[in-house]
Amino acid sequence: MDGTITTGTGATGTGTTTEMMASGAQALLRALKAQGVDVIFGYPGGAVLPIYDAIFQQNAIRHILVRHEQAAVHAAEGYARSTGRVGVVLVTSGPGATNAVTGLVDALMDSIPLVCLTGQVPTHLIGNDAFQEADTTGITRQATKHNYLVKRSQDLTRVVHEAFHVAKTGRPGPVLIDLPKDILINPAPYSEASTAQHRSYRPRTEPDPARIAEAIALLKRSERPIVYAGGGVINAGPEAAKLLIEFVRLTGFPCTTTLMGLGAYPASDPQFVGMLGMHGTYEANMVMHGADVMLNIGARFDDRVTGRLNAFSPGSKKIHADIDPSSINKSVAVDVAIIGDAAATLRALIAAWKNDAGKQDREAIAKWWQQIDFWRAKDSLRFTQNRERGSIIKPQYAIEQLYKATRGRETFITTEVGQHQMWAAQHFKFDKPNHWMTSGGLGTMGYGLPAAMGVQVAHPDALVIDIAGEASILMNIQEMGTLAQYRLPVKIFILNNKYMGMVRQWQELLHGNRYSESYSEALPDFVKLAESFHAVGLRAEKVEDLDRVIAEMLAVDRPVIADICVDEKENVFPMIPSGAAHNEMLLGPEHKNGGNPGVTDAGLALV
Amino acid sequence: MSDTNMRSATISVLVENESGVLARVIGLFSGRGYNIDSLTVAPVERDGSKSRITVVTSGTEMVIEQIKAQLGRLVPVYKVADLSKEGPHLARELALIKVVGTGNTRQEALRLADAFRARVIDASTESFIFELTGATDKLDAFLDLMRPLGLAEVSRTGVAAIARGKVAIE
Ligand SMILES: Cc1cc2nc3c(=O)[nH]c(=O)nc-3n(C[C@H](O)[C@H](O)[C@H](O)COP(=O)(O)OP(=O)(O)OC[C@H]3O[C@@H](n4cnc5c(N)ncnc54)[C@H](O)[C@@H]3O)c2cc1C
Ligand SMILES: Cc1ncc(C[n+]2csc(CCOP(=O)(O)OP(=O)(O)O)c2C)c(N)n1
Ligand SMILES: [Mg+2]
Repeated sequence: MDGTITTGTGATGTGTTTEMMASGAQALLRALKAQGVDVIFGYPGGAVLPIYDAIFQQNAIRHILVRHEQAAVHAAEGYARSTGRVGVVLVTSGPGATNAVTGLVDALMDSIPLVCLTGQVPTHLIGNDAFQEADTTGITRQATKHNYLVKRSQDLTRVVHEAFHVAKTGRPGPVLIDLPKDILINPAPYSEASTAQHRSYRPRTEPDPARIAEAIALLKRSERPIVYAGGGVINAGPEAAKLLIEFVRLTGFPCTTTLMGLGAYPASDPQFVGMLGMHGTYEANMVMHGADVMLNIGARFDDRVTGRLNAFSPGSKKIHADIDPSSINKSVAVDVAIIGDAAATLRALIAAWKNDAGKQDREAIAKWWQQIDFWRAKDSLRFTQNRERGSIIKPQYAIEQLYKATRGRETFITTEVGQHQMWAAQHFKFDKPNHWMTSGGLGTMGYGLPAAMGVQVAHPDALVIDIAGEASILMNIQEMGTLAQYRLPVKIFILNNKYMGMVRQWQELLHGNRYSESYSEALPDFVKLAESFHAVGLRAEKVEDLDRVIAEMLAVDRPVIADICVDEKENVFPMIPSGAAHNEMLLGPEHKNGGNPGVTDAGLALV
Repeated sequence: MSDTNMRSATISVLVENESGVLARVIGLFSGRGYNIDSLTVAPVERDGSKSRITVVTSGTEMVIEQIKAQLGRLVPVYKVADLSKEGPHLARELALIKVVGTGNTRQEALRLADAFRARVIDASTESFIFELTGATDKLDAFLDLMRPLGLAEVSRTGVAAIARGKVAIE
């Protein structure tokens, strides 16, 4: 080491004493360690070889070698969502970086904290169309919460510390650092993370007491209230979920969650009315439609949730608590806006509720619950499984049996995207936060397997299951190799309906049963595929096979693909068709529908 | 969204003067489909560490509030001020205007320039270049008048704006 030097003020403020490191790569690793990083998901290449060399010479940080850079990002997402920590990705320049883009956008949409390190050609070659050069910061500017190109060695470790800060505070998201090779090779000073406030980035976490008071005034007087909780409660950490339970019990209100919020409130609790939205329960959507006061905490009025905007919860006063001011009044105008962290907001709401002398109209709330129980009695998730030998397996039944078989074990569920994802959301019950990982905002097929990998790395002894579709799983199937290499006993539970079922469902509903290109032709033999990747392959063809296959799958301490052959024609219900209102839900064939599904021409144009 | 009334907004954005910051702001507008009617940017601190972006945009009240919130969450943004909303403000731009002509039209152009207090900063026997500073509508009006008189070329800076009174956006 060349002794110490002192740098001037960086963007994070005060000058700090720094120590010269032999290479930028070593300074980088030291900064990662200081940030508490214990694992990196990555894939090497020319531009990042100095980092790989530094990784080779230490033991504190483990590197998981994926088989495709997109999977590295999803794995880091799974790691992050299941631990509440920042996931770290390392990829090379050019194709390494472009392959990572889908994962970055996925993390951006779902507010997942990541730091993605990308290699770059040396500074003097930038802009020359050099070998494996891509304008990574340009390409990922709209794909990240923030990104950096490090052009000077003295900025390197400050930028790394700042990137972690930006990734995990405020509304979390992916942050990318582009690292030219000369910056990685040349000596670089190491500086500790600054404790000074960031100069321009200062997200607000504590709610405004005046807004809390306004909210309590509305909530106390409500006769038909609803708490609508989203992924923001999960982002805010397990404490926020505990406070949510406390608040909901204290008030006696019904609670619904979004797809991203599953587990923020216990699914087994009687005050939980299920997920809301396009494939939410009848009662959750009817409650939303009929409410007089809505408290949205950490949810973003996604179009999958609101349905037709001018018919969304038309009679309610709306309170929206979110850490990101841009989430508020984006699509739905609200009456009370609370900017702050979900945990801090819930804490303030609980305190204010208790301090408020006003009395609740208990009678009105009891009447509201009677109404809710009436809606609940529809049992909108109902399905019929024929138990006779030789009967075809209903996908919902497969999930239900899987849920029963895993109760009592520490279980994490990831999904791919499609019908199976919705059935998992509907029929697997989550009582704790951080145990459900799904791609909600971007809806990325191929998310589930790598995400499960990341979860398993973080929780080596837990049961980690990717509930998959036969089409989605093929999008990142190469990660079976990673499972084998690191002995990650992830279970892949494929609901094999031989269709891109979600696509087929829309074609059935909206395009006159013309199943254009949605049949899963020429599928691999998943049992053999598992075996060739050193995993266990199982198959359930008929209802009598199901429980045995699930039991076998859960018994092996190795990666497993369970190919569950399910009813090809099953659709996901209930469903609010695009462009319809909550009270125009389609129920399943088990129920009598009130006529026309209500798909309008405008609805046809929606996704 | 119930409100459909469009309004124009002059928004000042104080940003860290780092590479890519302008691209972030412009990308935000194009990516989310917001209008940019005018955009100017220049460093405003002696050490060059901060720049001020003035953007003139239009939309419904809800969209303009959304634009401000989206700008506010960009990491290098210090401050977003909606000058059109927060009180009286001044907005000016500068135009360099080349008018080519001889004889009467040339005389007429000069007379009008005088009335608008445009300065002649270059002249040849067949052309003038006027420099005109003012509010956007004043510049527009002047250009309309010059069009039949041989308007050949225009370069405009776009709007710079500031709130009236002693309060500064820091
Ligand atoms: C096939 C398919 C079908 C779908 N169907 C449905 C459906 O039926 N129902 C459904 O709900 N979703 C559905 N989705 C998911 C949907 O697209 C959205 O991803 C989801 O509804 C968004 O969830 P959210 O509102 O909880 O927001 P998230 O995307 O989780 O966003 C979190 C919000 O909380 C805020 N936040 C972040 N951190 C904090 C904090 N610490 N404190 C406070 N606030 C914070 C953020 O600013 C943001 O506004 C579906 C997706 C797919 C792929
Ligand atoms: C990368 C990507 N491409 C396309 C889509 C559009 N899409 C959504 S669901 C789906 C079909 C998924 O099929 P499968 O994995 O078999 O699940 P199923 O719906 O049958 O349960 C498709 C193509 C997507 N979400 N992601
Ligand atoms: Mg399928």
